[in-house]
Amino acid sequence: MHEWALAEAVITTAQNIAKKEGLKQVTEVFVKIGELQQVERPIFRFAIQQMKPANFQKAKFHISTAKTNLKCRVCGNTWQFKKAKLDKETAEAIHFVPEVVHAYIKCPKCGSPDFEIIQGRGVWLETIRGEK
Amino acid sequence: MADPRISVITGRLKSIRRILAVSSGKGGVGKSLVATTLALSLANRGCKVGLLDLDFTSPSTHIILGIKDVQPTEEKGLIPPEVEGLEYMSLVYYVGDNPTPLRGVDTSNALIELLAVTLWGNLDYLVIDMPPGIGDAILDLIRLIPQGEFLIVTTSSQLAFETVKKQICLLQELKVPIVGIVENMKMTKAKDVQRQTEELGVKFLAEIPFDSTVEAAIGDSQRLLGTKLAKNVGEVAQAV
Repeated sequence: MHEWALAEAVITTAQNIAKKEGLKQVTEVFVKIGELQQVERPIFRFAIQQMKPANFQKAKFHISTAKTNLKCRVCGNTWQFKKAKLDKETAEAIHFVPEVVHAYIKCPKCGSPDFEIIQGRGVWLETIRGEK
Repeated sequence: MADPRISVITGRLKSIRRILAVSSGKGGVGKSLVATTLALSLANRGCKVGLLDLDFTSPSTHIILGIKDVQPTEEKGLIPPEVEGLEYMSLVYYVGDNPTPLRGVDTSNALIELLAVTLWGNLDYLVIDMPPGIGDAILDLIRLIPQGEFLIVTTSSQLAFETVKKQICLLQELKVPIVGIVENMKMTKAKDVQRQTEELGVKFLAEIPFDSTVEAAIGDSQRLLGTKLAKNVGEVAQAV
């Protein structure tokens, strides 16, 4: 259910941008969700529908997923995060705070926990469109 | 591309009257003990208090409190569990005893995430146990929580106080409020730290003599509250 907190953050940020750009009606919102955070899309989408303000009523939310690419800082190996390889408790911990991935995952090539999350960490607002 | 989390942080903290970041330029000066004991002392005085451990790579407030088998409740965000009368939040809930090596960008992201999704209740005080130094965490705190006030811990050692002076200089330049300085683990009657603190225009809150009984009280907050350390920190609680 912490998808509600993330959805609130998306709505608040989109509303701030709409105000700044003078949009009276927002028609489209593009959101990217990184696989690492394992956001439950139906809950996230439902939360957005419940919280969206009047000037977002006609807005279509485009929610896409970004693969999580990790890169080892020690050996340069790159690989993709796979939730399926984690036990439930670990997956849930990473869901709440994605950075804790460093406590559970190591480079499959050299075993280092010193890796970079190149993309696909959490929730990002890509852009919004609307009518002035 | 915008990080939506930043936009909700101010709202998440609006029900908190004062935010005290217990901090130091140097590690090993007793920040976590002072922060935890201060939070417990304030709660003992009838205040509603939260404790947030931001020392992500070396957390220890959970050990001082002796927490076991508690987790935040998930309800449209994360609600910190009540531990020893405190609303308590730490990354430890999600990493357990695993070492968690984090670089600066990861520290920032974890801090933003916790601030964005934690739903604090109505608090008189949120005490934050900061990591040592003037790196990412302190800069993020200043950026994200401009209403935060710093309580600085030092020891009598010149090695500690020299780093604290740099921290004070940074905070003063950025016009960040400093509640005052606590001189911890004091073993002499020298007043050098107090004198230098006052010369810097910062309030000297208290000196806390080295208390050898504290180690045995770690993990037992009631016993901790009975130590001389707690009595001295109680004076700090009174002063803030």
